[in-house]
Amino acid sequence: MDSNSITQLYFSNVDHPITYDRRKFLKKLGKGIIVIFSINHLSLLEGWSQNTFVEDEDFNAFLRVKEDGRVDCYTGKIEMGQGVITSLAQVLAEELEVPITSVDMIMGDTDLCPYDAGTWGSLTTRFTDPVIRAAAAEAREILISLAAEKLGEAAENLQAANGTIFVKGDKSKTITYAQLTKGKKIVKSLTRKPEIKKAKDFNIIGKPILSLDAVAKVTGKAKYSGDIKLPGMVYASIIRPKVYGSKKVSVDKSGLSQFEGAELLEDGDLVAVVHLDPEIASKASKKVKIEWKEPEAKATTETIFTYLENTITENDVFEKGGNLEEGKKSSSKLIKGKYYDGYKAHASIEPHCATCYFEGDKLIMWASSQTPFGTRAELAKTFDMPLENVHIKQIFLGGGFGGKIYNQQAVEAAKLAKLCGKPLQLVWTRKEEFMYDRFRPAAVINVTSGVNANGKLNLWDFDIYCAGTRGTNLFYDIPNNRTRLFNQNNVHPFGTGAWRAPGNSTTTFARESHIDVTAHALGVDALEFRLKNLKDQNMVATLKLAAETFGWNKEKPEGHGYGIALGKDAGTLVAIIAEVYVDTNTGEVTPIRIVCAQDMGQVVNPHGATVQTEGGVTMGIGYALYEDIEFEGGNVKTTSFNKYQINTFSHTPKIECVFIDKMDSKPQGGGEPAIICVGGAIANAVFDACGARVNLLPISPKRILESLK
Amino acid sequence: MKQTISFKLNGKPLSVLVDGEESLLTVIRSYLDYTGTKYGCGLGQCGACTVLIDNEPAQSCMTYIEDVAGKEIITIEGLSVNGNLHPIQKAFVEHDALQCGYCTSGMIMNAYGLLLRDPEPSREKIIEEMEENLCRCGSYNRIIDAIQTAALEMKSTM
Repeated sequence: MDSNSITQLYFSNVDHPITYDRRKFLKKLGKGIIVIFSINHLSLLEGWSQNTFVEDEDFNAFLRVKEDGRVDCYTGKIEMGQGVITSLAQVLAEELEVPITSVDMIMGDTDLCPYDAGTWGSLTTRFTDPVIRAAAAEAREILISLAAEKLGEAAENLQAANGTIFVKGDKSKTITYAQLTKGKKIVKSLTRKPEIKKAKDFNIIGKPILSLDAVAKVTGKAKYSGDIKLPGMVYASIIRPKVYGSKKVSVDKSGLSQFEGAELLEDGDLVAVVHLDPEIASKASKKVKIEWKEPEAKATTETIFTYLENTITENDVFEKGGNLEEGKKSSSKLIKGKYYDGYKAHASIEPHCATCYFEGDKLIMWASSQTPFGTRAELAKTFDMPLENVHIKQIFLGGGFGGKIYNQQAVEAAKLAKLCGKPLQLVWTRKEEFMYDRFRPAAVINVTSGVNANGKLNLWDFDIYCAGTRGTNLFYDIPNNRTRLFNQNNVHPFGTGAWRAPGNSTTTFARESHIDVTAHALGVDALEFRLKNLKDQNMVATLKLAAETFGWNKEKPEGHGYGIALGKDAGTLVAIIAEVYVDTNTGEVTPIRIVCAQDMGQVVNPHGATVQTEGGVTMGIGYALYEDIEFEGGNVKTTSFNKYQINTFSHTPKIECVFIDKMDSKPQGGGEPAIICVGGAIANAVFDACGARVNLLPISPKRILESLK
Repeated sequence: MKQTISFKLNGKPLSVLVDGEESLLTVIRSYLDYTGTKYGCGLGQCGACTVLIDNEPAQSCMTYIEDVAGKEIITIEGLSVNGNLHPIQKAFVEHDALQCGYCTSGMIMNAYGLLLRDPEPSREKIIEEMEENLCRCGSYNRIIDAIQTAALEMKSTM
């Protein structure tokens, strides 16, 4: 699947696993018990897989119980800090009855792992967990039937625990998984629904488990794609234009002669210097002079919102109910609002990187990519190679947040490696990172709300420019409503794309700000107004949990304010309540405390879910208060962490995460949802603290002071 | 003109033949293959490359190799002894004070430098000293907790 298709899905509500492609990957494996899993079999897991469409005979999950009793779990997902290396091992260990420490996760290796459309959209726990659980349950049943034969006992008299099978009531008759698998190669495909454990029998699911990869990460042993060093490898340094989208006119490489061994490589607009020494490659590249033809600047930081509204005319109605005109007439009060959000960078601490080499007709690569299979397809297409000839290897990612579903650096690295015929490493500089990041798009939202005489919402007219519709299905009870999406390809002055819960932070900020504006206009408390107008009872429960945990009615110190925001993302319901302090002399906002309540169905790893939520909230403070990109057309002027301020230690408040307890239900998304409510909750808290209603993110001191004037 | 620069890396004396203006980060990562120290920005703005130079935290991307001649460098690889995690590493694991792990080496090395200078830092002091180390995944609060736990542990074993 290419990154454009992923982006499209990413900005919408995805409620099914993304699958296609056929894989043959059995012959490479050694002995043991191997469970393969065709996507067709997902229908066997009805009620668990949440699968709504099944189209192919792909193997989509699989595991191997090895001869030593350890278990390899193969998944096309990658680990970028979201913790699935732990939670997937957890569900496998639960069903297979092995200690979690005996599970080895083989992730994102395109030769070893079943096809996967990429790690994005908080899909892993929703759609990979059920499959791995089923595969593990199947493996357990195979092991029990083997044990029945060996021990001369009926299968129903046997029980598995801790990698061992024993006779119920007679623990002296046992046999280990290792003894059972020794010397065998049994390949089994699911033919019926294996028995999956019930929540009451869980030993590992629902227990807090610390990250299994933490020791590798605190000792510096965890390998990222830039940590791979190949014999004879050269380092590439690309010469970039100042303005995004510039075309090369001419190259003057005379300055290179002073650098022995420096080689200039050119492939269209891609121009780079490679050298065995990264310092020389970098220095030498600065001596290459390129004349560029720059595209005309269509918009700047100041004009972008007007530009988007004036330029985009095409729209789709996403959701509609009742009649807008009737709604306007029957409302006793109409309130209009306009909300804006600027471009945001992913700003992972690890820049985009790829290390690769060609061997014969094969290309082998380690890439910081959320989509190893997508990278493989892109490379195969670039070089007109069969897919099987491209091998993307397993690696850790130093953060992704949606920014690493785009694999420009992988294609650049491979092109350069091919040109020079040497193993090659390309690490983008921070400046390149800020230029070729696929930014979260700037967006405008126009909203009109209407209320009737009883203080009930009666009208909701919501026009979204560029932020997508993910999470915008109304969970408030509003009889007359319409949500439209205005969008146009290539309308932005540089690349844009998916950024953690794409678009949903923007639309949630707009919706929840406007709900507060409406409540305020009626003189009704923000919590009371929401409770009165919500239709989704699960959301009511989530909001109540947040309000109780926070203590909504407790007295506020001088200059402090409280703000609520609700949202829905990746199947998870989120309610955030923020407390901030605003210094009205400087406009400075200090986040004091944030409570985040979520209904994410079954919480597989409460610890991991807490860490993800804290992370989302912490990162969210950045987009709410600080992060902003300054530009003039394709000339991005914010190119370093000095200008692009992400959240830091000193601005991180106390964060409390609470979950609705639903062990028997399906697990929902955990990596993205929490972040969506941070902007709205802080905006509302700022208003509550000082009366400044800032309609443009980030809520900077300057904007607060202007609003207070 | 190439010159020989000698220094100690994780207790081991060694020499490199260099121009002198190479960054310490390039030398340890690319020339000497100690890849635990990370490149994040190359501008001294994120702290991912933090190491100790004579027990003081320094951003190795902003340090010329010739400036470390005769000095003692400690990187993340030099922290655990005989395979036993250092109390700071242990505390980071116990508090799960990391997600993607990319900023972790720099965080731990800066925290180590802080605890060497001030074995009992207040929460405010930790925040002040760690402020320039960036973490995009959002583990700040856990990192502060881990440093406080490590401080107690280091004090009790001293």
